[in-house]
Amino acid sequence: MPEPLIYDLGAPGRTGVNMPAPDVPLVDLPAGLVRENLPLPELSELEALRHLTRLSQLNHSILTGFYPLGSCTMKYNPIVNEETARLGGFAHAHPLQPAEMMQGSLAVMYHLQEWLKEIGGFAAVSLQPAAGAQGELAGVLMIRAYHASRGETQRNKVLIPDSAHGTNPATSAMSGYRVVEIPSDARGNLDLEALKAECDDTLAALMLTNPNTLGLFEEQVQEAIEAVHAAGGLVYGDGANMNALLGIARPGDLGVDVLHYNLHKTFTTPHGGGGPGSGPVGVAAHLADFLPGPIVGIEEEGSEEMGPVYGWHQPPKSIGRLKAFHGQFGMHVRAFTYILMQGAEGLRSVAEHAVLNGNYLRVKLQGAYKVPYDRVCMHEVVLEGRWADAPDIHALDIAKRLMDFGFHPPTNYFPLIVREALMIEPTETESKEVLDAFVDAMLKIAEEAHTNPELLQQAPHTTKYGRMDEVKAARQLVLCCEIPREQ
Amino acid sequence: MTFVPHTERDRQQMLEAIGVKSIADLFSAVPQKFRFPKLNLPAPLTEMEALGELKGIADANESADDLVSFLGAGAYHHYIPAGVDSILRRGEYYTAYTPYQPEISQGTLQAIFEYQSLIVALTGMEVSNASHYDGATALAEAVNMSRAIHRGGRNKIILSPGIHPQYRAVVHTYEDGGDLQFVGEDLDLSAGPDALIDLIDEQTGLVCVAYPDFFGRVYDYTKLAEAAHAKGALLAVSANPTALGLLKPPGEMGADIVTGEGQPLGIPLSFGGPYLGILTTRNQYVRQIAGRLVGETVDNRGQRGFVLTLSTREQHIKREKASSNICTNQGLMMLAATTYLSLLGKSGLRQVAESCFHKAHYAAAEISKLKGFGLKFKDAFFHEFVIESPIPAAELNLRLLERGIIDGYDLGNDYSDMQNCVLLAVTELNSKEEIDYLVETLAEVAHA
Ligand SMILES: Cc1ncc(COP(=O)(O)O)c(C=O)c1O
Repeated sequence: MPEPLIYDLGAPGRTGVNMPAPDVPLVDLPAGLVRENLPLPELSELEALRHLTRLSQLNHSILTGFYPLGSCTMKYNPIVNEETARLGGFAHAHPLQPAEMMQGSLAVMYHLQEWLKEIGGFAAVSLQPAAGAQGELAGVLMIRAYHASRGETQRNKVLIPDSAHGTNPATSAMSGYRVVEIPSDARGNLDLEALKAECDDTLAALMLTNPNTLGLFEEQVQEAIEAVHAAGGLVYGDGANMNALLGIARPGDLGVDVLHYNLHKTFTTPHGGGGPGSGPVGVAAHLADFLPGPIVGIEEEGSEEMGPVYGWHQPPKSIGRLKAFHGQFGMHVRAFTYILMQGAEGLRSVAEHAVLNGNYLRVKLQGAYKVPYDRVCMHEVVLEGRWADAPDIHALDIAKRLMDFGFHPPTNYFPLIVREALMIEPTETESKEVLDAFVDAMLKIAEEAHTNPELLQQAPHTTKYGRMDEVKAARQLVLCCEIPREQ
Repeated sequence: MTFVPHTERDRQQMLEAIGVKSIADLFSAVPQKFRFPKLNLPAPLTEMEALGELKGIADANESADDLVSFLGAGAYHHYIPAGVDSILRRGEYYTAYTPYQPEISQGTLQAIFEYQSLIVALTGMEVSNASHYDGATALAEAVNMSRAIHRGGRNKIILSPGIHPQYRAVVHTYEDGGDLQFVGEDLDLSAGPDALIDLIDEQTGLVCVAYPDFFGRVYDYTKLAEAAHAKGALLAVSANPTALGLLKPPGEMGADIVTGEGQPLGIPLSFGGPYLGILTTRNQYVRQIAGRLVGETVDNRGQRGFVLTLSTREQHIKREKASSNICTNQGLMMLAATTYLSLLGKSGLRQVAESCFHKAHYAAAEISKLKGFGLKFKDAFFHEFVIESPIPAAELNLRLLERGIIDGYDLGNDYSDMQNCVLLAVTELNSKEEIDYLVETLAEVAHA
């Protein structure tokens, strides 16, 4: 029996959480503006909480099982982060309270800015962007403002590798740029010759993901960046894969001009079932004045006895605001807590073990699966989910069959340049035993694909729900419950 | 504090399987001169130490919980029922991600479907997305939608001066540099919605207003909607969801897009985020809406279930032709709002809204009796209003703070001709005693 819908629970007149009656004299409600019908459900507190608890049990999550969703860094989210973000001083802080009253919040933001600068090799950081995609928007708008400030408004195109995430071209287009796709070469690198051919005076930027979405470090990253810079373009770094680079290499050192971090990937802020994320941007010195603001600065240096006084600072040529208030502050507290527990050595160990786990899966799975770009990978490995001698099996079937073994499937059908892609990111917080169990399942599935393909095509079998009819969902759109309009 | 489970033995076995001698060998593709930089970060702490450190830092804040607060201006201090956080703390929700695999994500998917339903009910609209970043970015997406709906034509956008100044700033960040032309922001603040009607012409794509507006005022926008539609333009309303517990929903006034900041629905102030962007529209514009949508369907066993749908609008399919670049949105905040609305339900939300309304009106009436004080506007309001003080707002706020009161928002920050004006918000959390204390203290400090 599927869990009922909220509108099918409760009963007319039933109440949940009640609020105290107003303790002031009542006045007339505004004539003509009062709504006649508020068609919300009527549940008891227990009904509501039982419903939402039962729903939660239908989810796979990091806390319930392995979740190797490539490009998403589904690692353990330390529970203590949930405690620190909820400390009263943070949770009840109003964003418009004067800075002098909010020195604790500003201290967290200031240090997080400083640490992200250090980790990425940048001159300045703004914490304002809400997620990776908004970090990209911040970056591309800064690049546009930078070129405009130099009178180079003819720069109208952004180069994007064919392996890039969809947010990269979507962001460039939103910012008014023409997108030119750059192919990948046989080793899974950006095709350097194709890149160079586009390096002219209409070039605004290259958007580069490194390690790229094939899980591979760009072997000619320096040449690529030099070529873009030589043509007067800038390099945007998509930092979704920073988990592989912590203490290993700093994008700023490599010449990246602006990069977004995903606090919800690399820095353990939880993914929340689809957000909130947080996408701070780090920039080289020549872009610092363009950052979205305000950012936190020091108003008065501290002394032996007293810490510094923090205040808001608007970068002089700021592209403006991307969000009301100061960004996803609760996520800043969590990332701050995490970095505080890691230190430099801890962060390097994170990247090292993420890459160790990635390569372990690569060698254990190659043979049974085709690894299209067969070289040492970084934190994730991309396989092909297809075999010439099992023509009716697709990556999707493998993904669904993995659920029967208790695993969340890898990302599939991305990156687009790998046929039937299975993109596996184990992360550093998974043990060898978990990886071995996953490998066993994958090898078993590869065998089943040849001996009993229907088992895969009908999968999953052991989950509470089977495959969904996605075509019906899109053709006969039902996007909400039936709402009782008259009461 | 490490979260890496590997033992030395595990590492050796894994390296052997890979065929390299050390972990460092896995990084030979990284240019040598940049490999393994020394990071200058504080020495790592254990969980116990980190929590202690953070407690100390949090204590350096003087938050709305420690003092009496009348500060709103887009972020509101409301009571959050205990049940909300008990749901948000469930690892099954907060450690999952975007529900790409519906068979094992029905919890998140059904919660989104129910959120979409609750928001449709609250706004009086027909379609809600799964969430946007915040109230400001949701409004910016409304402008993008208008452009898409008009297929690039009608590039004039009317922005009411009654929209939150930070929301207008975000709209400009998103849109400036494109081909849109913005008008209306410099209209007289007391002119009301009729003044916007005069600006609508054949080039107008969208009229944007707020409900209540930044100054707390409420208007019936029915005439404005009719005027916009008569010229082929759309109406977007940025609404406060608490107000919709009491007031006529914008959907009934003829709005084409309703956006809003969902923070009042069970989300803590948290210094400005994470919050919840509400974005809704009419069925006919569903293909232009930004972000995730969840739809109902059936599985291959005949059970009702839910999936992400119409993803042909989105960046991972459409790339540079997508309706928006948004990917990760505000999933857990969506769940907070769903839980809050489920717990309060029909009667509870109305109680919150009425309580806010009556308390704000009591406060406004008492303050306007004070010598030298008055209300700036005469219009109907919900739970926020502007007072004019005999002394500059900045000075007034300082003096109140010395007496333990966080006064409202100093409008002089954004409006040069409002140096003596304060925007006050009153919610169900403000007792009569607090309001009386505010009134007394205002009288005392203004003439000190
Ligand atoms: C490579 C890459 N770039 C960008 C993004 C977008 O980040 P977000 O979802 O935080 O907006 C993602 C995440 O899904 C990604 O994997």
